[in-house]
Amino acid sequence: MLQFLVRRLIGAVVIMFLIGAFTFFLFYTIPQDFAELSCGKNCSPENIAVIRENLGLDKPITAQFWEFMTGIVAGRDFAQGHCSAPCLGMSFDSGEFVWDSIMDRFPLTLSLTVGGLVIFLILGLGSGLLAAWKRGTAADKLVSGASIVLSSFQIYFLGPIVLGILVYQSGIMENPSYKPFTENPVTWAIGLLIPWLVMATIFTAQYTRMSRSTMIEQLQEEHVRTARAKGMKQRYVFFRYAWRGSLIPIVTILGMDLSALLSGAVVTEFTFDLAGIGRLAVDSSLTKDLPVTMGVMLFGAFFILLLNILVDLAYAYIDPRVRLS
Amino acid sequence: MSTLTKTEGETAPTGPESFLSVSDLRVRFSTEDGIVKAVDGLSFDVARGRTLGIVGESGSGKSVTNLTVLGLHNPKNTTVEGEIVLDGKELVTATEKEMEKLRGNKVAMIFQDPLTALSPYYTVGRQIAEPFMKHTGASKKEARARAIEMLTKVGIPQPKSRVDDYPHQFSGGMRQRAMIAMALVCDPDLLIADEPTTALDVTVQAQILDLLKDLQQEFGSAIVFITHDLGVISEMADDLLVMYAGRAVERGSTAEVLRRPRHPYTWGLLSSMPRLGGSIDQALTPIPGTPPSLLNPPSGCPFHPRCAFTGEVPGDRCSTERPPLGEGRAAACHLTAEQKQTFFIDKIQPRLR
Repeated sequence: MLQFLVRRLIGAVVIMFLIGAFTFFLFYTIPQDFAELSCGKNCSPENIAVIRENLGLDKPITAQFWEFMTGIVAGRDFAQGHCSAPCLGMSFDSGEFVWDSIMDRFPLTLSLTVGGLVIFLILGLGSGLLAAWKRGTAADKLVSGASIVLSSFQIYFLGPIVLGILVYQSGIMENPSYKPFTENPVTWAIGLLIPWLVMATIFTAQYTRMSRSTMIEQLQEEHVRTARAKGMKQRYVFFRYAWRGSLIPIVTILGMDLSALLSGAVVTEFTFDLAGIGRLAVDSSLTKDLPVTMGVMLFGAFFILLLNILVDLAYAYIDPRVRLS
Repeated sequence: MSTLTKTEGETAPTGPESFLSVSDLRVRFSTEDGIVKAVDGLSFDVARGRTLGIVGESGSGKSVTNLTVLGLHNPKNTTVEGEIVLDGKELVTATEKEMEKLRGNKVAMIFQDPLTALSPYYTVGRQIAEPFMKHTGASKKEARARAIEMLTKVGIPQPKSRVDDYPHQFSGGMRQRAMIAMALVCDPDLLIADEPTTALDVTVQAQILDLLKDLQQEFGSAIVFITHDLGVISEMADDLLVMYAGRAVERGSTAEVLRRPRHPYTWGLLSSMPRLGGSIDQALTPIPGTPPSLLNPPSGCPFHPRCAFTGEVPGDRCSTERPPLGEGRAAACHLTAEQKQTFFIDKIQPRLR
């Protein structure tokens, strides 16, 4: 198991490097001088030269790439000061260190993810299990029908409606905003409640449908029938035998959803005017701010790889056939 | 014991000795295409210490019958009529709770494919111990000791370490042994074996059959052995029930039925089977046609569309009148007793050499 982990971690580092390289060189295919972009209206050749030197753009591309990658491990020195590891460079646009702007935004992204996750896991899996348990009854039909309707909704459709009702018309709630958890957990939760609920609605519907269908599939497995033939209680068979097998597809999808959410919930952030990682990513590519784009890409890639490894570990925990001897 | 020893004309064959008695069982599934008559008026008895073999092709209702005995059918789309009496207790009307107490305890089942029938997520030991804890109230420790004891009994080497293995770490034959250990852990009085050797290779098959026979002698349980393999059934069963289209078409002691079969379907089954000592020039004769759809079973005798002997029965009785299955040694066929004998001796027996 340890060997497996080490191998996966090394693989992850290699993939991170490749993603970095790919993003970097892809960016340089844009037919534009980044120094000119940051120079503004009254731009003299001397100014451009200074900017170019400041941003390190006067060096060959490969050298720039090397500086960027070593900066992540060892940190870098800029004219503005030392950027300590993990240094993802300095924004062309604002002159801020990229790692610092990511860390500014990350608490919001993390809060959005965690809050939404708790809601959609409890509601989604709960209602899916209920529907599978009561298969064919009115309760099942209600849950299944509702989940199909809700999963075809979109955040940018549902969001403004909820805002319109709860904020602009009735004034029950305030506009969503991020207030740090460490300051006051209650205001933190109230500030993000609307985005959580809207985001969780769509995810809940998906998880309901998924858990219902995998449970129904599992309940028809022969080993589940064997458990019943042994005289085990229906509830025991349901949760111990059928549920165990349903976890594999659920964990798979959960891993993908989580890594997507942690690398920025773009639509949610734009809908509720929140500044998270997703917004940073979109803004930086619009302004062609290479270091920020690189940073956000690598940050997202990190979560994708991390969750991949975690999901694999979860598989091994759930299914002994996956365990490596 | 079987219905063989019963006197003619006795209805509801629930003699004092019969442990499981199924009478006039009808099982119907409602599907989107219509109602499937999976089992249609089936009766049989099994006594303690005896083995009843049930043979028939796929879809003849063998497995459905036995799942119904355990109450494992889906109650939402299945209707069950008739009587299933186990040791004096009616099972068709029993509640789920009562059935839970019986399953794995008084009646246990061995399934066909031990790979899919054992859960991949729990150790073999746990799966064996579970019903023991549930039915006897034993502690975890006791149940584990019992699981090891059972694994030893079914011939698993190093049971003390193997008890913590998962099913995928077992070979096919060992898995079936584990499955048998699981079924026998509470000393069931009735064991239903649903094609327990079909998924195994021949040498392992023989071992498993020997094991079942030994265990039956030790525990004295009644066994219902379902298979489509006539070779296996001749090894195992005392009595034999041949099923076709959800009905019993022939019944008798195994030796009788296999040596002097009386039903054209049984003749067909025997003629289509290769023989070790047979001439290689003797072609195997398949039964013509295809098994009937149970959505819309043929009228009269369900076998009549495939039967070569309908011409021998006067009128159209074969397609209009359902032949009854008498008591004891019997075949549900309109041919007269003499006809059955002469046709078998003249037309069928030569092919079986």
